[in-house]
Amino acid sequence: MRYLPLTGADRQAMLAAIGASSADDLFRDVPVAARRDAPVDLPFHAGEMEVEARFAALAARNMAAGSVPFFLGAGAYRHHVPATVDALIQRGEFLTSYTPYQPEVSQGTLQYLFEFQTQVALITGMEVANASLYDAATACAEAAAMAARVTRRKKVLLSGDLHPHYRSVAASTLQFTDIAVEALDPDPLGLEDLLGRVDSQTACVIVQNPGFFGRLKDLTALAEECHAVGALLVVAVAEPVSLGLVAPPGAMGADIVVAEGQALGNALNFGGPGLGLFATREKYLRQMPGRLVGQTVDADGRRGWVLTLSTREQHIRREKATSNICTNSGLCALAFSIHLSLLGEEGFTGLARLNHARAVTLADKLARLPGVKLLPQSFFNEFALLLPKDAAQVVDALAAKHILGGVPVSRFYPSYPELAEVLLVTATETTSEADMDAFAAALREVLQ
Amino acid sequence: MIPTLSGNQGLQIEEPLIFEQDSPGACGVDLPDAPAIDDRLGGLARQGPIGLPGLAEPTVVRHYTRLSQKNVGIDSVFYPLGSCTMKHNPRLNEKLARLPGLADIHPFQPQGTVQGALELMDTCAHWLKTLTGMPAIAMSPAAGAHGEFCGLMTIRAAVAARGETRTRILVPESAHGTNPASAAACGFTVDPIPATARGRVDLAALKAKLGPDVAALMLTNPNTCGLFEDEILEIAEAIHGAGGYFYCDGANYNAIVGRVRVADLGVDVMHINLHKTFSTPHGGGGPGAGPTVLSAALAPFAPLPAVVHDDQGFRLIEHAAQSGAMPVGRIKGYHGQFGVFVRALAYMMSMGADGLRQASSDAVLNANYLLAELSSDLSASFEGPCMHEALFDDRFLKDSGVSTLDFAKALIDEGFHPMTMYFPLVVHGALLMEPTETESKDTLDRFIATVRGLARRAQDGGAESFKAAPVFTPRRRLDETTAARTPVLRWKPPAS
Repeated sequence: MRYLPLTGADRQAMLAAIGASSADDLFRDVPVAARRDAPVDLPFHAGEMEVEARFAALAARNMAAGSVPFFLGAGAYRHHVPATVDALIQRGEFLTSYTPYQPEVSQGTLQYLFEFQTQVALITGMEVANASLYDAATACAEAAAMAARVTRRKKVLLSGDLHPHYRSVAASTLQFTDIAVEALDPDPLGLEDLLGRVDSQTACVIVQNPGFFGRLKDLTALAEECHAVGALLVVAVAEPVSLGLVAPPGAMGADIVVAEGQALGNALNFGGPGLGLFATREKYLRQMPGRLVGQTVDADGRRGWVLTLSTREQHIRREKATSNICTNSGLCALAFSIHLSLLGEEGFTGLARLNHARAVTLADKLARLPGVKLLPQSFFNEFALLLPKDAAQVVDALAAKHILGGVPVSRFYPSYPELAEVLLVTATETTSEADMDAFAAALREVLQ
Repeated sequence: MIPTLSGNQGLQIEEPLIFEQDSPGACGVDLPDAPAIDDRLGGLARQGPIGLPGLAEPTVVRHYTRLSQKNVGIDSVFYPLGSCTMKHNPRLNEKLARLPGLADIHPFQPQGTVQGALELMDTCAHWLKTLTGMPAIAMSPAAGAHGEFCGLMTIRAAVAARGETRTRILVPESAHGTNPASAAACGFTVDPIPATARGRVDLAALKAKLGPDVAALMLTNPNTCGLFEDEILEIAEAIHGAGGYFYCDGANYNAIVGRVRVADLGVDVMHINLHKTFSTPHGGGGPGAGPTVLSAALAPFAPLPAVVHDDQGFRLIEHAAQSGAMPVGRIKGYHGQFGVFVRALAYMMSMGADGLRQASSDAVLNANYLLAELSSDLSASFEGPCMHEALFDDRFLKDSGVSTLDFAKALIDEGFHPMTMYFPLVVHGALLMEPTETESKDTLDRFIATVRGLARRAQDGGAESFKAAPVFTPRRRLDETTAARTPVLRWKPPAS
């Protein structure tokens, strides 16, 4: 067993030093009725070759996104990740370290998290950001709870253009608290009126930009309306690359920004792990969830970093903590941060322009097909289409032609028949002109 | 020592922030030019620069390489951080998690195109259910605390389904901070239970606190003192007798995998930290995964999604209406920490039923070896045998002028990551050591010799050297008070 260094002789010597007769003897506090004398009914240990073969067989039964023309988004985006990112995050000093509780031997983790916090604050247009949460969906729930603490109000309003998983996670997570969550109907046409729904009881409104159906919105008036009645505006961003081209939530008056960071530096991984980004205004700092890294000096007066403001956190404050979170998404944050460092100002804005240009090209190609209607007028790299057929059936037919042609909205909203023909389509820098043409041709066939 | 001119110290290189290395115009990627289009941004284009630094690829590689060299990990040192299970992270798991057929798949692909991924989730679930003997599992919790939250939600829903109102959760004083925080997030009140002089739950005190408003007991077993709760069957019977549920915090499950089935202890629900027990890397803070096993009574309330298998193949249940149950909803985006499942399953298959059992035995053996060898020089808090971790308190430092913190910092200079300090809270100045099964006897012997030497130095009036420690690290002790009093949480451009 390659992971176990103790030899039989070691074990005997150690048992003798302890004064125990056997390993079983060390488990003598376990009630006899609960002890098991033999291994459970599962396969015995296996070498690398056997395990690799088993996983290769599993992997072969999946259609890898990179092996076909691919157009899925809906909160998980496929971008090209530079080789440097994966090489660096696999350095053992990053990969195999714990949460940086001992700052003298964790300055590497602490410094990259400080840089990550700065990058997140810059791209969202906010003042401060934390060191990550699990994903954007759970970050939405945390934002709602934080808004309730800040405003001492109990009503949370969720836009119909917010990702359906963010909506359901926020609603489920808060169901046993005294916070009331109201989720508006899904809004593919951009018709909902949030302005008229904010009142003096509202803790926050949570909206998404670009919206789940792709639409870009100016949230300035909504922010003003929220602030006029003492509510907070929470803006979710599912595609962080959009922030390279689109006015950030901070510039529109957002009080809290939550975002999914997966799209930068991280593979799709079938949806997990994700990377929850969380940014806010400095005045709300002490109500923030999650870890924070702060700058300080060491005993010799040199600049260094530590985990700070931990009196907000569960290991100090226990049931009065701002959140129960402990483990976060540190390594995903590192991947995000390295990717963004490689991109820099020029690369990040260029990547965003490229994504938008590809999406505009694709939208024009698809909207020319008979019976296909482009729903949002403005969008970043993803848009909803209204098809003349059931979108789930179309996607299955496209998959049979080895094209992964978007996400049918019915997957999230099976009980809304009016959404059955709505399809979400995404293009990124990885989408080639040939992919688009193959998609358009196949879609034309499937719709005939 | 004469300071160096550069500020560097040999292999320790001072490294500025990326923002301080900005070279406008430099870029670490080569992207094709965007084709000319009329934008569809609806007038919402970003105004003005973002402020991200420009860095070429070599600059980025050197930056993060230098940062990594200011860290220690399990790869580099013995890391006996109690309660955190810093065991070896096999690279096979990393390799497999990067197979395109596992890494490059989208959560909303048609399910017919991800049958291998769904089978992998189902297989991972099968191993965890078989090892624990529990009939059901929720795979979506993202971490231990998230698993606690998941389990407590199912309890809350089950209590409500019985038409009862139970609002109190009993939590031992020795519990992880996440336990009371998770209970509060689920709308419960928290009632602490004291420990006995033997470091176990005080059964009489527990019984006295039971009542019709108690929803559950949250108990870590083996507990945070590193001890098996030897009255666990009586504890389970008592909580069940009062109509409550038994939540087991599975943070220490690594001590008993393959030797004890959780189901045989009367547990109703337990989360499993895949990033502890099943060797997936901690990554400097995450990501982890906290799949939560459930009894038949709580299973109907498990959050979505779930993977099911029929003659059509594997299928995800994503909506309550398809589930035929009463799920508490959805607590995480998509389908859980799939990338972590890949690594954990690779580990479980590598170890097998026999290896996992041996791993628990070796983890317990290593901890008992530390306890036995160090008891004469340090002050063990409780009599052994311990399980996977050995707990000491600071009585051995009495009148030495050396604190637990000082002692830990001195260990850093000796090339070891410190043990967990000041946790659990039930002993004074705790030092909690968890060696794990992936350490050799030779490593333990060197650690033991060092700890003994340090204990003698402390007792022999060497306090001054402890107060100064560490001195051989990239930074010496950091001023945490100033960091918290005047928080600087991001870089800002210097005022021009």
